[in-house]
Amino acid sequence: MIYPYIPHTDEDRKVMLEAIGLSSMEELFSGLSEDILLSDSVPISHGRTEDEVQRMIDSIAQRNVRGIPFLGCGCYDHIIPSTVEALSSLPSFVTAYTPYQAEMSQGLLQAIYEFQSMICEITSMDVANASLYDGANAASEAASLMVGAKRHASVVLVSSTLHPFTLQVLQTWAKGTGKSLRIVKEKDGVVDLSLLSSLLDSTCAGLIVQSPNRYGLLESYEGVAEILHEQKALFAISNDPLSLAMQKSPGQWNADIAIGDTQSLGLPLAFGGPSCGFMAVKEALLRKLPGRLVGLTEDGKGRKGFTLTFQAREQHIKRERATSNICSNQALAALMTTIHLSSLGWDGMLEAANQSYAKAHYLAYHLAQLPGMTLVWDKPFWCEFPLVFSDSKRLRKFMQELRNEGIFAGVRLSTLTRKVKDELVLLVAVTEKRSREELELYLAAARRVMK
Amino acid sequence: MSKIMENLRYSKDHEWVRIEGDKAYVGITDHAQHELGEIVFVELPPLGEQYRKGEEISTVESVKAASAIINPVEGVVHEANEDLDGSPELINEDCYAHHLYILTSFSQADYDELLDAKAYQAYLETL
Repeated sequence: MIYPYIPHTDEDRKVMLEAIGLSSMEELFSGLSEDILLSDSVPISHGRTEDEVQRMIDSIAQRNVRGIPFLGCGCYDHIIPSTVEALSSLPSFVTAYTPYQAEMSQGLLQAIYEFQSMICEITSMDVANASLYDGANAASEAASLMVGAKRHASVVLVSSTLHPFTLQVLQTWAKGTGKSLRIVKEKDGVVDLSLLSSLLDSTCAGLIVQSPNRYGLLESYEGVAEILHEQKALFAISNDPLSLAMQKSPGQWNADIAIGDTQSLGLPLAFGGPSCGFMAVKEALLRKLPGRLVGLTEDGKGRKGFTLTFQAREQHIKRERATSNICSNQALAALMTTIHLSSLGWDGMLEAANQSYAKAHYLAYHLAQLPGMTLVWDKPFWCEFPLVFSDSKRLRKFMQELRNEGIFAGVRLSTLTRKVKDELVLLVAVTEKRSREELELYLAAARRVMK
Repeated sequence: MSKIMENLRYSKDHEWVRIEGDKAYVGITDHAQHELGEIVFVELPPLGEQYRKGEEISTVESVKAASAIINPVEGVVHEANEDLDGSPELINEDCYAHHLYILTSFSQADYDELLDAKAYQAYLETL
């Protein structure tokens, strides 16, 4: 009998056992003592056929409720051209993973090299790595980089407007490394940079901020890099990379480190993952950059080729002195982002960013006219905005009524932060994918509920 | 057989120290450069910073490894050898002619504890 998940037939096994001079499977395991061998059957349920499993999973999937998503909070429903799935599912890409026998896989190395080049272009930085696990992971790697780059530094300044999950990952990082975080508080929904000078001292390795921030609001970093550099501290900015088509890039703010998550560039929602983090730095920090790095080179005959480079930074060479434990990258997700960007081009990226902006502002403008909800802070935003309700009963009713209409109205911030102060905040995300009809449907339902 | 200079002092981490007036020059020994192989990058220490004896002060990368440079005498970094920035191979060519950095306000006591050429030679023979 051939099982679908076990490729070897009885005949195969016989041949293999013969090749090593054994007559049975029992003989192969004869060196193991009785007490560690399974005497009985494995205590899991009986096997199911492929068809049974398929039906079971389908029935679970059918319990999902479909709706028009106005959900964001770090994961957005953008248009993804079909080229992304079609090309990224080529077996040579799907099975390649991160390159271990690296230079054998010239195609994969080139794809990573293109990814790095695109990230540099989007962020206006000098050098980008082959990707990291996700945006929160990129933030913790930025914290490690900062601390490793400055002697006697043990504190990382972080904005209270970072995505709640990013902040949690950073807290875990601090706990694990014995470093500490110092929170720069917010004012009117954006980081209060007037506090920076008083919080900054010689123990601070750097500052991490985010724009659009956890409320969807855009932040301004005028003069921040200069204040930090005076104290030999580094400046890291986390961005939704698609937003960089229309807001100032980390390079333009004179930041040292650009980080973020490429979910908005070609990665489907899929219950929040898998995602792909990115990190780009100024050339001065090249040797402190974590993760894989692909370079363009020439072979012995002068032909163009790709290679893993600057590997002395990495853990397998630097061992216990390495400042990062990243030994891999998010190759397939990074490839999807690369194909997505190649399909869109700069013009397409700008179009997606502009439409997201215009549609989000259209919806926000009309919702702000309704009683019982306000756009509380007068700050610029891009594709997501915070609606603050007058009371939680109205907020719950609003969400329920819209859900009855087939609309996911937004994400309650308190479900991410578990803080009382966030209970009345609903984050509404609008991408270029939302049609005029869908926006009108949202508004009509909102007008019915909030009169 | 590694080359050892008579007039220098040595640490067991294979750094050499030479004193000129109020400055202490620090480099790596012939044994160290030979063990490392082809050197591709030298990380230079930040100027004006004080380092204790035994503290990691910089990194030398070769095609084989990335190795820490352990500061052999306490002092303040006065100068880092920027020639090495673009030409790290100078260390392979002549490790005694090319220092990594210069310390001022260095500890004479730390210096006195270093091995002389003969003691370093004897130490190498035990490795």
